[in-house]
Amino acid sequence: MHIDLRTVSIKPLRQTFDHVARRIGGDKPASRYQEGTFDLQATANFHYRPTWDPQHEIFDPSRSAIRMADWYAFKDPRQFYYGAYALARAKQQDTAEGNFDFVEGRGLADELPAALRDTVLKLLVPLRHVAWGSNMNNAAICAYGYGTAFTQPCVYQAMDQLGIAQYLTRIGLLLGDVDVLDEAKAAWMDDGAWQGLRRYVEDSFVLKDPFELYVAQNVVLDGLLYPLVYETVIDGVLSARGGTAVAMLTRFMTDWFGETRKWVDATVKTAAAESADNKALLEKWIARWRDRAAGALLPVARIALQEGADAVLAEVVQQFNARLAKAGVAL
Amino acid sequence: MDMQVAKKKLGLKEKYQVMTRGLDWEPSYQKKEDIYPYASYEGIKIHDWDKWEDPFRLTMDAYWKYQAEKERKLYAIIDAYAQNNGHLNVTDARYINTVKLFLTGVSPLEYMAHRGFAHAGRAFPGAGPRVACLMQSLDEIRHAQTQIHALSNFNKHYNGLHDFRHMHDRVWYLSVPKSFFDDAVTAGPFEFMVAIGFSFEYVLTNLLFVPFVSGAAYNGDMGTMTFGFSAQSDEARHMTLGLEVIKFILEQDPDNLPIVQRWIDKWTWRGYRVLTLVAMMMDYMLPKRTMSWKEAWEVYFEENGGALFKDLARYGITMPRCAETIALEKDHLSHQAWGTFYNYGAAAAFHTWVPEKEEMDWLAAKYPQSFDKYYRPRLEFWREQAAKGNRFYNKTLPMLCQTCQIPMLFTEPGDPTKICYREVDYQGSKYHFCSDHCKEIFEHEPEKYVQSWLPVHQIYQGSCFPEGTDPSAEGFDPLAAVLQYYHLEFGRDNLDFEGSEDQKNFDLWRGQATKNG
Amino acid sequence: MSTVFIALQANEDTRPIIEAIAADNPQARINEAPAMVKIDAEGRLTVRRASIEDRIGRGFDLQELHINLISLSGNIDETDDELTLSWHA
Repeated sequence: MHIDLRTVSIKPLRQTFDHVARRIGGDKPASRYQEGTFDLQATANFHYRPTWDPQHEIFDPSRSAIRMADWYAFKDPRQFYYGAYALARAKQQDTAEGNFDFVEGRGLADELPAALRDTVLKLLVPLRHVAWGSNMNNAAICAYGYGTAFTQPCVYQAMDQLGIAQYLTRIGLLLGDVDVLDEAKAAWMDDGAWQGLRRYVEDSFVLKDPFELYVAQNVVLDGLLYPLVYETVIDGVLSARGGTAVAMLTRFMTDWFGETRKWVDATVKTAAAESADNKALLEKWIARWRDRAAGALLPVARIALQEGADAVLAEVVQQFNARLAKAGVAL
Repeated sequence: MDMQVAKKKLGLKEKYQVMTRGLDWEPSYQKKEDIYPYASYEGIKIHDWDKWEDPFRLTMDAYWKYQAEKERKLYAIIDAYAQNNGHLNVTDARYINTVKLFLTGVSPLEYMAHRGFAHAGRAFPGAGPRVACLMQSLDEIRHAQTQIHALSNFNKHYNGLHDFRHMHDRVWYLSVPKSFFDDAVTAGPFEFMVAIGFSFEYVLTNLLFVPFVSGAAYNGDMGTMTFGFSAQSDEARHMTLGLEVIKFILEQDPDNLPIVQRWIDKWTWRGYRVLTLVAMMMDYMLPKRTMSWKEAWEVYFEENGGALFKDLARYGITMPRCAETIALEKDHLSHQAWGTFYNYGAAAAFHTWVPEKEEMDWLAAKYPQSFDKYYRPRLEFWREQAAKGNRFYNKTLPMLCQTCQIPMLFTEPGDPTKICYREVDYQGSKYHFCSDHCKEIFEHEPEKYVQSWLPVHQIYQGSCFPEGTDPSAEGFDPLAAVLQYYHLEFGRDNLDFEGSEDQKNFDLWRGQATKNG
Repeated sequence: MSTVFIALQANEDTRPIIEAIAADNPQARINEAPAMVKIDAEGRLTVRRASIEDRIGRGFDLQELHINLISLSGNIDETDDELTLSWHA
């Protein structure tokens, strides 16, 4: 039996779940982001201690030195739950696919000046390993962080970075051949230009505090790398030298950084506004990792910018400081 | 660089290889064991992570594309279902109690799986399994959220779902699924993969999803059917990951076999015990039944699992020994479980009832060896007593099994008239078990299972009353205080279906829809 | 010989896929359940891209199967052209 029930007007007993109502100030309609985020992580009555970390509960805020009265104070301004996330990325991948087809179909890769293509391969292809590092680190923040509001976007970030590593691989295959992947990996392992950055990434792998890891990866490294490589070098300098096709191929990364930085800013701002202790800790972490990252990125910037690298990087750092100041962290 | 014409077209396998495998590297600035500190303490030996075979080779762009298509379809149906009051199309309002059990008992586990796979996906030193685990982590948060979003509309109209997250961490019977997953994520990453990836996803998940989802379809719940099938499309990937993990570990080193066999034995049993709730749901809670629990067990475990273990025999893996006990229990499991919930219906966040006569006839036909002999007389007695105004709600707290945390309701293998009790003395205390298998699991890792947060013990210790409660006050009602701690509303969330607010509202609303006003 | 299976949602997208599987695997048994079709086969089952493309009149990527897949059993081998399920024993 199927009944047409559309015409029945029913007064519901309640608008949302109680735990959501307690957070949004009473029983009223809640968004899918709210219902799919609030209190999803268990906080009480854990049965066993992790055999891999018996000092802590399964989920334990004391894994971080950042203190929050409520870890659901964090909000993702994009309001990403899985469905919203998947739709946003599907749209971007559709654009990326179109751009790859356009460049490939018109043979634009072959028309790039040889020197420029060489520079692009040397600069971009080793970055697939940096993206892989971010995938590792965001998996760690998602696993060991506290509260769904803070950890959920990190699994999205982790998989985005895997996607970026795969786009960089495709760029390598489009502009070169499978060999360029091996050459880039060799450079990543042994070439002096990359060793500072590789050391930075490997050092981040052993950080135990999920919030410090968030700072080292999402705030600092991405906060300097993306404006430097994608916004300045690819979209600016190399485009002016005839590399517009390359900018089409890295459009995903440019758009992605424009979007994710808003979430990163919101996260830093919320943590810093919580207490003077948090703020001081964030200032210390960000300044320390920023100096290391800037030092590591300088020889990478030189691959494309040669002696202009110092000035460009200084400018990027200055913009980074201004951005963090807006989020409440004075550097 | 003029080699473009000679450029090789990469096949699916090679393409995935370069897209994923080459991304990791041998670190030199930090020690590998510091980067992957959880990879060796379980005793599993891996010599070559590159021998890992990726069964499905989805790159992220394809993943986003196909998953977005699934999400578009799913949310279109969820929206339509809510707008059209689809909940009034279910066979009868008793059905909604299966949905309550699902949201309070299963959806929080999907979330735990999300975090657990993030942990495993960080912990393994190999690129192939890391990526597969992280993709599963991402899928699992999808499952938790699509379930919450699909069932949100039921919560607006019916009781028992309103504080599912709070209840999951506290209510007595929900400690069964909760402790199951807590057990898995607190194990090492390899055991977690065998527990969840293999034993649960590969061997048992069909028993959870396929009957539950076809049950939803049979009972007119299109919203649940859609999220169920949509989630299953990811499960096919997860199951395959579970199988690949087992094969990979076993192929790496002969020393891994006894460890893996012990884990398979343990987790098949742990998972099976959790499925007690599914058995009862299939046989008692679906107004229109699809297949009996026993039939589902025979198709999905004995037949399908049998083929699997035959396939794994080449590695020396054998069918878990608990399969023999399970075969003896399959005629009794659902009846014993439902009897227990009928008893404790005052302390459960869903409604209970005695099956109608035709339903008992169906049960008798499906369980010719057991139903009429052991269970029908009891149900009929309860119905008579209720009709006389003697509905009995048990207020005495039951003894729980230290491992699976289910009340001691199961009978001796082969003797359905005698409750099965086992016990162990450990460090001056006595611990109780529902079965030989739960006892063996404890004996292998007593230091883990003594930590169990057992709801009954916790109530007696006074940990399950609202803050500020004075248990020594005159007229103190412990059950009322515990239900407050659970956020369980007496008279709305619990007790019999007959006379419940759910029943009245459903009849009223459906009446408005089918009759002229 | 053990049985492998693949279960798909029953809808307009999967109708030609199920037809193609049935044509390519004469030993397969098609079982229809509410909203779902389960295809069992002794030992081995192959899904061929070309057979599906013949029926739908457009290109088909075997990974599109994921959209409507419910469950499966057996060891999987996937290439650009076919997806095979099999048991070794």
